[in-house]
Amino acid sequence: MMEWETVIGLEIHAQLATKSKIFSAAATAYGAEPNTQACAIDLGMPGVLPVLNREAVRMAVMLGLAIGANIARRSVFARKNYFYPDLPKGYQISQYELPVVGKGELLIDLDDGSSKVIGITRAHLEEDAGKSLHEDFQGLSGIDLNRAGTPLLEIVSEPDLRSAKEAVAYMKKLHQMVVYLGICDGNMQEGSFRCDANVSVRPKGQSSFGTRAEIKNLNSFRFVERAIEFEIERQIDRLESGGKIVQETRLYDPDKGETRPMRSKEEANDYRYFPDPDLLPLVLDEAFIDAARACLPELPDIKKQRFVAHYGLSNYDAGVLTAARELSDYYEAVVAAMGGEPKLCANWVMGDFSAFLNKDSKDLADSPVSAVQLAGLLRRIQDRTISGKIAKDVFEALWTGEGDTDAIIEKRGLRQITDMSAIEKVIDEVMAANPDQLIQYRAGKDKLFAFFVGQVMKVSKGKANPQQVNDLLAEKLKG
Amino acid sequence: MNASAPATMHEQTIAQLSAGLAAGQFSSEELTRAFLARIERDNPQLNAFITITAELALAQARAADEHRRRNQAGPLTGIPIAHKDIFCTNGVRTSCGSRMLDRFIAPYDATVVERLHAAGAVLLGKTNMDEFAMGSSNETSYYGPVRNPWDVNAVPGGSSGGSAAAIAARLTPGATGTDTGGSIRQPAALCGITGIKPTYGRVSRWGMIAYASSLDQAGPMARTAEDCALLLAAMAGFDPRDSTSVDQPVPDYAAGLNQPLAGLKIGLPKEYFGEGLDSAVAEVVTEAIAEYRRLGAEMVEISLPNSQLAIPVYYVVAPAECSSNLARFDGVRYGHRCENPKDLLDLYTRSRAEGFGAEVQRRILIGTFVLSTGYYDAYYLKAQQIRRLISDDFRRAFEQVDVIAGPTSPTVAFNLGEKVDDPITMYLSDIYTIAVNLAGLPGLSLLAGFVGQRPVGLQLIGNYFAEERLLNVAHRYQQVTDWHDRVPSAFA
Amino acid sequence: MSLEVDEVAKIADLARLAIRAEDAPAYARNLSAILELVDQMNAIDTVGVAPMAHPLDKVQRLRSDVVAESNQREQYQAIAPRVEAGLYLVPKVIE
Repeated sequence: MMEWETVIGLEIHAQLATKSKIFSAAATAYGAEPNTQACAIDLGMPGVLPVLNREAVRMAVMLGLAIGANIARRSVFARKNYFYPDLPKGYQISQYELPVVGKGELLIDLDDGSSKVIGITRAHLEEDAGKSLHEDFQGLSGIDLNRAGTPLLEIVSEPDLRSAKEAVAYMKKLHQMVVYLGICDGNMQEGSFRCDANVSVRPKGQSSFGTRAEIKNLNSFRFVERAIEFEIERQIDRLESGGKIVQETRLYDPDKGETRPMRSKEEANDYRYFPDPDLLPLVLDEAFIDAARACLPELPDIKKQRFVAHYGLSNYDAGVLTAARELSDYYEAVVAAMGGEPKLCANWVMGDFSAFLNKDSKDLADSPVSAVQLAGLLRRIQDRTISGKIAKDVFEALWTGEGDTDAIIEKRGLRQITDMSAIEKVIDEVMAANPDQLIQYRAGKDKLFAFFVGQVMKVSKGKANPQQVNDLLAEKLKG
Repeated sequence: MNASAPATMHEQTIAQLSAGLAAGQFSSEELTRAFLARIERDNPQLNAFITITAELALAQARAADEHRRRNQAGPLTGIPIAHKDIFCTNGVRTSCGSRMLDRFIAPYDATVVERLHAAGAVLLGKTNMDEFAMGSSNETSYYGPVRNPWDVNAVPGGSSGGSAAAIAARLTPGATGTDTGGSIRQPAALCGITGIKPTYGRVSRWGMIAYASSLDQAGPMARTAEDCALLLAAMAGFDPRDSTSVDQPVPDYAAGLNQPLAGLKIGLPKEYFGEGLDSAVAEVVTEAIAEYRRLGAEMVEISLPNSQLAIPVYYVVAPAECSSNLARFDGVRYGHRCENPKDLLDLYTRSRAEGFGAEVQRRILIGTFVLSTGYYDAYYLKAQQIRRLISDDFRRAFEQVDVIAGPTSPTVAFNLGEKVDDPITMYLSDIYTIAVNLAGLPGLSLLAGFVGQRPVGLQLIGNYFAEERLLNVAHRYQQVTDWHDRVPSAFA
Repeated sequence: MSLEVDEVAKIADLARLAIRAEDAPAYARNLSAILELVDQMNAIDTVGVAPMAHPLDKVQRLRSDVVAESNQREQYQAIAPRVEAGLYLVPKVIE
């Protein structure tokens, strides 16, 4: 049985989070009524001309800087000519020979805990096309050009990925990066971040690449993984049964879980690229690049390292907390408001806080509990006003808007009992009520200690300070 | 009508009409009615207009008169003009001479239209043109050929033939044109008027239907350089909607018209006076040059060694850009759509084949071919390299001289139908004008005499942004000659 | 270089122009004549000459990221050959 190696390269299209389109002043907002955000330029009316959006360029440069790429001081927009109803001008304005972002790289984390450098060939600016809607209009398709002209950054990887899992890890890392940079909203359902995968297989040890198939328009991590896995298997089956792979464009059908050739791409395309005469060379000076650099946030890998070093968090916790920029910002705001206790803060942010967000499917920005409020709660744990267990109830009350921590504690009478004499009184009561157990304990049945703790907590309605209960109970039970 | 309004308003230049309006000799409404009446009478014969906007014109004229009453008049307030039908005019059909856009009502105004409207000009109508500006005789128009007012059996030139013929026949005192390879200058020459193609980037291309984007440039056409100066001052200027528009102040062209020409160095490219130039045309041009000597200019023989390559380069670059620019005409969002398309491919191929005429299709095919895989380097890239050599020829020439002079066209107007079946011969009629577009320089053509009944144009080429100089050089000639006052007898 | 009828058909297909079979020879003849004219370029050595894509040596200007367009669908679709529910209609698009 021959051993096969998979070779994958991804072309990722990230919609840039500009307000207006790349070459027109129409809005880019998602979900508008069909063709209400398609201006004369987006519609390719006769006589219209493109003017480049500065913000789209700045965002492209930011990505380039974040992946350590060379930023082209001079790049050129070209026309990619082909006919399609969602392409109003009959050409797409893109960058071909001279892209704005050159070679860079991205470090991905693999499941076994190791990491791998993935090369990025280039990233270039281009305009998105519209959408063809295939619901039946008397056997016709409907064309919505709202999306036409939305700025895209196409990020092309080297064929460095060796499995569907690696491809997904790379895509997730890049997704994290563009969202961190604030240059893409990362919404995959709305198509803001989508992927074409070039997949081929070759006998292990062979240095030349096999014939590849391109799977178009994958818009979820799951689909990327499944489509690639299906495609690898299809190619190996084909080759092992003596067949050949044809270079073609394929579509993934999520319902059937398979890829199939794209009919519209069957004919050989000849895109006839040439420099767009309506646009002049894009020349970037150091000031422009420096300004973009100044906008770069702390990048996720660096932030993660800092969380480990500075807050003493585990690699895992630091990874979870820095996965999204908003969560890491929230965490740091909690720590700052607390004035310390980074591990306690981490446990709460990753634990109850994230669980509640999840449960209510809320974005962090819509969280009802602010970082300062959460810190207020944690402070009451820290100063032993309440126990960690009681704090969970207080958090839920905070979440549902019952007021701030102290008010909830007061209202519900949750203040922890730390008065030694009060605790002693409860212990005495419990000992008196359970003479048999007391005898057994004193006869050496140590396990009953937990029973007494439980009884004390029950009688005190959970408010007795657990540490104090432990200490005092141990002493009193001895007799 | 004002009883004192002279019956000869149509004989006057824009400058004279402007003075007449300012002096209250006639109103813009009277002036507009006079030109509309001439259009109504003569256009059926000449076919210079595709669309006549009589109602709009009268409304604009009345508005202009109102502005004048409020002392808000400029030099063009109330002056009737016509736009080549390549400029988008909001609410008015903009056909580009094509069946493809026969029913296209533009939803917005071109910058040139907007600016001339803001300057108070009155729109008489949209002039006929070669389809999508591809042609040198106005015979490729879907609306039929335009006839030359000097001889109705002759072509008016193209592609701005409708504008040129309308001015020559005094159906309008001025008009806009566009020039991609000579489309202002060649019809200006063949119809005996003045027209200037400004430096590339001087006039906004926004709203001007693109033929070849790196060559297209709009400019004014009128009887005199002085009138062109007035129109160009309104048309030119930076436009943020056109990335290739140049952000540079517009000089007061009229103010510079009278500079003396003593010491002016005029370059005569030997390549423009060689084989292919009709000898009678050469004589007229030589006489015009003699006139410039008398005005104090100094003649310098120069060489533009790559001149003969301008046509080959142009017929790669222009079709390449056109094949892409015209891809948007697909029958989906506007324009001609074929009946009952059986599928998407049928919709495209039939709508386009029905909507475009033969010359446009030829150029689309050539352009598609020269950009296609395997031919790009040998054709498109090679052409862009030679384009630089041609441009360098001019750069060197302008180190020696102020202005270059020569014939605009190698012959006078040819007969209708004479070259229509022979595209190559037709292309050669732009041999002296095309290089100017490739380099992006300004060029002007003015009437310098006649061969028989047919006019001869003198071409003046200037350095980048030297429109003021060109207009000045043309104006001084028109101060000492009267060719520009000649009227075709049938349209006096 | 000259073009044969089948090459013209291929180019016409790329350009989405339906050319009738009986017109193809005339197109082949005319296009070949144009290419012959264009082939004069071959006589020139252009090694090392930078291609000139624009007449002026200027650079791209950038616009601010401001939304300045409003919905004009009604006006734009008034000139459309076929629309329904705000959509441009075309024969079925097959992916």
